[in-house]
Amino acid sequence: MYQIIVCGSLVPDPLQTLEPITGPAGPALRNEMMLPASLDPWARHALYEAANLATIHPGSKVWLVSLGPKAKLQQVMMTIAQKVPFELIALDGPTGGFTDAAETAAALADAISAIPGLDLSKVLLFGGWESASRGAGATMQIVGERLSITEQFQGVDSLTIGDDGSLRIMERVEGGQHQVSVCNAPPAVIGWATGNLPEPSNNPRVGMSNMRGIMAALQTIKPAPVGTGDITFTSVALPTQTRTTRIIKDIPPAQIAADIVAWIKGG
Amino acid sequence: MSTLFLAHPEPDGTLAKSALEALSATIQLAASLETPFCVGLVGENPGPAANSIAGCGAARILTVSGAQFSQARYATDAAAAEALCRATAATLVTTPATSRWNRVLPGVAHRLGGHADSHVTGLTVAAGQPSISRWFYRQRMEAVFTRSTRPWLLALEGGIAPVAAVSNRQAQVTAPIENITLTLPATRTQVTGFEAPASDQQTIRPDADLLFVTGAGWTKKQADGKVKAAEAGALILDFLRLSRSSLGSTKSLVDLGGEGQSVLPFLSHLNQIGQTGSTPRHAKGLATCCHGEEPHTVGWRFIGERRAISMDANCGWARGKADILYVADAFAVMAEVNALLAT
Ligand SMILES: Cc1cc2nc3c(=O)[nH]c(=O)nc-3n(C[C@H](O)[C@H](O)[C@H](O)COP(=O)(O)OP(=O)(O)OC[C@H]3O[C@@H](n4cnc5c(N)ncnc54)[C@H](O)[C@@H]3O)c2cc1C
Repeated sequence: MYQIIVCGSLVPDPLQTLEPITGPAGPALRNEMMLPASLDPWARHALYEAANLATIHPGSKVWLVSLGPKAKLQQVMMTIAQKVPFELIALDGPTGGFTDAAETAAALADAISAIPGLDLSKVLLFGGWESASRGAGATMQIVGERLSITEQFQGVDSLTIGDDGSLRIMERVEGGQHQVSVCNAPPAVIGWATGNLPEPSNNPRVGMSNMRGIMAALQTIKPAPVGTGDITFTSVALPTQTRTTRIIKDIPPAQIAADIVAWIKGG
Repeated sequence: MSTLFLAHPEPDGTLAKSALEALSATIQLAASLETPFCVGLVGENPGPAANSIAGCGAARILTVSGAQFSQARYATDAAAAEALCRATAATLVTTPATSRWNRVLPGVAHRLGGHADSHVTGLTVAAGQPSISRWFYRQRMEAVFTRSTRPWLLALEGGIAPVAAVSNRQAQVTAPIENITLTLPATRTQVTGFEAPASDQQTIRPDADLLFVTGAGWTKKQADGKVKAAEAGALILDFLRLSRSSLGSTKSLVDLGGEGQSVLPFLSHLNQIGQTGSTPRHAKGLATCCHGEEPHTVGWRFIGERRAISMDANCGWARGKADILYVADAFAVMAEVNALLAT
């Protein structure tokens, strides 16, 4: 029986055009509040893996801890709630990539410590190994440190629990390999990469039962005004390099092939 | 202000290219700051690696050694890094951005009351203050910033500095090597091994010049109304064998595998390039049967020259994402490419 706590931030839909601007609290995105958001992709995998584990181990429970602007959390939860059962712990604060991981981690760790009946010996602390916003791969480690969990794994694609309760974990390492570790028991921090599960289909029944808790969590949401910490930004810019694409068509494959081979072989 | 460069030897006892590049960047950083730097090495037996860079100009070379440190494991690596940072009272700490350091650096920074930044792609010094460059929103925008808190721990991406300046100086041994002993932290984890495709099936080659990307088009119905997955697989594998390139893929193609459709068995999520995949570094990239959508092409940020073969003249590659777009049938072109490479 596990207490599976999934940390997940909100990120703008990847198909949106993103443009940096300078806001009152530092860099931000143009029309940030208007951009459609979704639960961070790797955190989403973490949530699906958590739900799967909870099904395999009856009596387990899944929490989703998310720090974001209340209105956006509400929007994202409408879809994510349809997927798998969880209890939401919501924190109202900025979600952008320019906030400092350490401040976010402090707010998340405080919220997790306040979970009634939290028993560290049962805790599997899940999250994405990097976000699609800050992309730092830092938050989970700091949350782990704050909760004194020093068995930590990042870039995880697989977690299996043995009959003896040990955790077998596969982490992404260099060169397309996985490092395999065995951790004898919880607590552990697991920063997920893609995992192995497909996106669950929408389940209105799950949605209904999640929504009650989600509405309550949003009504009692606490402010978490995280900022950019000790960072001073000099610039935030879109890449300037634009390529002029030469489009080559209506020439025989053999000629294209010769061109490509010359290019591959040339210096 | 003092700088500490942290690294770990590879299983064969040597320092990887990424470590020597990061060391080179550290030497430049310390020179710009006009401050000394130290080296800290963590591993089962880091002595030979320490000797190999003993002439790098470090004021001190420290090691944490022992069988427990052969494993890339959070509890022991974090303790070793923490001890080395404390022993040198470093205000700036640099490491190569290996999976091993990325795993622990933020936690170590927290213990030291400092901060860590990952995926650093540039280091500059102005008026005695270091600044870093890194990308946000998965390689979509680049920021330059500094921090006031110390220590500041930085995981440096590969390719930000050349290797050579360091390895050439191997012979001039200067700094003595100090071994630090630390009380081992309790750990409940054992690294038991690695899982990788058999070496003849290993398709991810970080050191290759060319990244070869396959898209979902390889598995789509072709002009003759047929799906030719087997032919696609053979063409791709032949090309990888002949060109020694590294295989990348779009998300759409690797996701097909997870849904049990007829696909290319040698592809996994590890091959995926893009927003929710990797952002590798190669001098050249060739995309095939791929539409070049933004969530994919952000993963090409560090690919130098870019070419694409697509049937669609209006695909994403045509809009400033590739240098050359060949509007053609990739099946026909790659068969000819393989024939040429085989001769
Ligand atoms: C949250 C999120 C995250 C994402 N992350 C990623 C990511 O990390 N990486 C990623 O790749 N995508 C990612 N995507 C998906 C991305 O938006 C695209 O859907 C995907 O990259 C498209 O893959 P594709 O180009 O292979 O397939 P398609 O869009 O199906 O394109 C296939 C192409 O093949 C061409 N073609 C077909 N047959 C031939 C032939 N014989 N010769 C030449 N060309 C041919 C077609 O003309 C077409 O252009 C993400 C999407 C979301 C929503």
